[in-house]
Amino acid sequence: MTDAPILKVVDLSKLFGGVRALHRVNFSLNPGELMGVIGPNGSGKTTLVNLITRFVKPTSGTVFFKGKKISHLPPYKIVRLGIARTFQMVKPFYNLPAYKNMIIPLYSPRMKQLASGRYGDRDAVALDLLEEVGFERDAFVAYKVAGALPQGYLKRLELAKAIALDPDIFILDELFSGLSLAEVATIVPIIEKLRMAGKSIIMIEHRLKELFRIADRVIVMNFGEKIADGLAAEVMASEAVKSAYLGTEAD
Amino acid sequence: MLIGTTIYALINTAILALMAIGFNLTFGISGIANFAYGAVYILAAYGVWMLLTLFQLPYPVAVLAAVGVNLLLGALIYRFVLLRIRGQALSEVIATFGIGLAILELFRYLGLVGFEYHLPVFVDKSFVIAGTYVDFQRIAIVVFSAVLILGLWFFTHHTAIGLAFRGIAQDERTALTFGIDSNKMATLSMAMGAALAALAAVFIIPLGSISPGEGYDVLIKALAVCIIGGLGSTGGVIAASFIVGFAERFTDTYIGSHWTMIVSLAAILVVLTVKPSGLFGNQKELEERI
Amino acid sequence: MKKRKERIDRGIKVRSRDIFALCSWREMLYLAAPRLLPVVVCLALPLFLGVYWQKVLLSVAVFALLAISWDILAQTGMVSLGQALFFGIGAYFAGALNHYFGLSPFITIPAATILGGLVSTLLLLPVLRLRGIYFSMVTLIIPLMLVRVIEATKVFGGTEGLSGMTPLPSRWLELYLILGGLLLVLFGFRRMMNSDYGLVLKGINDNDRSVINAGINIYWFKIQALFIGGAIGAFAGAFMTHVYMFVGMPVFALDYSILPIAAAVVGGPGTLAGATFGAFLLVPLSEALRGFGGLRIVLYGVFLVVFIVALPEGMFHYIQRKYHQFERWVEVEND
Repeated sequence: MTDAPILKVVDLSKLFGGVRALHRVNFSLNPGELMGVIGPNGSGKTTLVNLITRFVKPTSGTVFFKGKKISHLPPYKIVRLGIARTFQMVKPFYNLPAYKNMIIPLYSPRMKQLASGRYGDRDAVALDLLEEVGFERDAFVAYKVAGALPQGYLKRLELAKAIALDPDIFILDELFSGLSLAEVATIVPIIEKLRMAGKSIIMIEHRLKELFRIADRVIVMNFGEKIADGLAAEVMASEAVKSAYLGTEAD
Repeated sequence: MLIGTTIYALINTAILALMAIGFNLTFGISGIANFAYGAVYILAAYGVWMLLTLFQLPYPVAVLAAVGVNLLLGALIYRFVLLRIRGQALSEVIATFGIGLAILELFRYLGLVGFEYHLPVFVDKSFVIAGTYVDFQRIAIVVFSAVLILGLWFFTHHTAIGLAFRGIAQDERTALTFGIDSNKMATLSMAMGAALAALAAVFIIPLGSISPGEGYDVLIKALAVCIIGGLGSTGGVIAASFIVGFAERFTDTYIGSHWTMIVSLAAILVVLTVKPSGLFGNQKELEERI
Repeated sequence: MKKRKERIDRGIKVRSRDIFALCSWREMLYLAAPRLLPVVVCLALPLFLGVYWQKVLLSVAVFALLAISWDILAQTGMVSLGQALFFGIGAYFAGALNHYFGLSPFITIPAATILGGLVSTLLLLPVLRLRGIYFSMVTLIIPLMLVRVIEATKVFGGTEGLSGMTPLPSRWLELYLILGGLLLVLFGFRRMMNSDYGLVLKGINDNDRSVINAGINIYWFKIQALFIGGAIGAFAGAFMTHVYMFVGMPVFALDYSILPIAAAVVGGPGTLAGATFGAFLLVPLSEALRGFGGLRIVLYGVFLVVFIVALPEGMFHYIQRKYHQFERWVEVEND
């Protein structure tokens, strides 16, 4: 892959009050790449996502998307350009049927921008999209209210909302957390499919085993800094990463 | 004239800070915007008046009783109303507003309006400061305001309850894991907010008379100060009190008393436009969601 | 023996939800009645009422409009404590246009509706970026301050107000204009709130991050909702200016703020129909209690607290449930 990076993060930093949540993080993401972001709790992974999507304003640093600076844009414009994320805490509209939860992303201006914009009945499109992520149409799962669905379905609903926007980059924030192995196994093929379609993906994960099976590359965060970047096996062998994960006991 | 206006502007600042501090304390700790604040202020004033005139109690006893009643009332409002709708900010707004409305309009209905409904000043004396007459009550307000703010600062930074308050204010969930009971803290915050309203009433009401309209005025002023300063920030309350206090007095002297309200309104609109979370607002998360 | 209440949707309700399998007039009536009822009431009731109760009906409609406006804003996450702001701005626009330029009510009312919506949106624009509580605080403050501003600057007749507005040509036109307006607003915006657009508005209230994450500019949508709410309130105000043939400081009175909230909360927020129902309930009640003077407002305050705490979904939901479900007591099995 020799193309120019689709996403480039330069010296991204964030101070919360006096606390350094993120300090001079640099990385670039190539088109079609699946990059994992790992690190202990509180190492700044979610902050990194929030800064790239600009749900939180960076203190300093820049983010480039397809060579253009995006770190000054409001979050909704970044989404329109083609970066969609999922949230760690899924908060669907509990009293609405699952497919109605899809209406909001389908109402997005991005749908109108896309040349292949799926027009027509939003409900029908919503049901199609949900079927893609495994809401069995025969069992009418998509018609159930979101509040009655198990976590596995809610996570897939969250993913479907991102897929609906047809972005170039997916940023998936702890998609696997709180899921059983079987549930994870239902999501992995969906992600594989997105990769086949040439999408770039950033995955924040705690479930290292599952992540390493699908990731091209991994970056490791600790105390708001990037401490390693490379192939999964290489990264995990490095001393810095070992001590970050195992703490002082490693000495 | 300039010195006199400045002195009265300072006094006005102290009055505004005193009015707003209770509302701000409750919001700062538990995130509850107590729209019944003006009503509990007036309730305390009528309470003291009744104890003084109808029951002939000595003044300090009446004041203590009124403060106590307000403490209890604040706690009761939380336990019986707000607890059931905790976390739904909009329901909290409607419920406290409803309570305030019921109390104030009940007093209006009972016809407790008129000049005879007033509280005595502490000491009927006045001084001449830099060529300006200032009565004892106003000086008491300034001193009390300053002491109260310093006291609150000490309380929140150096006592266990105060630190727990700050913990809750900063991160409710984390505080819960450290064994701080957020319901107890919220009850206390409502109680203390109401008690501060009572104290403010005892100090400020003697300058005028008690009326239900005054209750709405106090609420408006407290809201205005908190909006300008930034909800929940004590520094903001002080700064905003200075801004509004001085602006009001100076427009009153040099432009006309009718214009004071316009100045406050303009201040609110300007601050909101330039910095929506207020001068010292700590609603960062919101601002950053642009 | 323990018992619990079991609620079961009526068959017709279930069948009509997505497939329309109606087999009888009875079933068609079952579905149509809730929609026809308000239409029939609004169109027929004036014919049976005396002049006094016609006036009451008129203010029912005005308060219902304000309550609907409140409900639309509340569903978008903006709880207004000052519906009088919208009402008053509309009233003053209509009054000024009529008084200074001599425009006919048929021009001033639509003009005041649009201008009133615009001006209230502009006034509240800065607050939209903040949490709902700021919106409540500012809407509470602004109408009360505007009164003082008018008093101080003596604009629009100051404390005296402007009088001698052109009345509407006839009492009947007056009544049917406002009732027609109410029906239009009720059904039109109910439809809007149930459409995908309405879903986005409600989404902003429920989970704004998720809406932003769809690439939607939530402030733009909030502005639209605010304009809609403001315009409905301004329409009510503009209309009343021509009914009273007067506009003055009382248009910013607390009554116009409180009664609509009480109506929406008692009737049931979130449906618009509930707000209308609440107005039909509270305004006549308030007329009946006129003798008690200020006690009415005390009552509204108590209503607000009781309903928010004990019956937060309001009476309309309760009635709706009774209509669509039947209940029976079943024994609880021991386990």
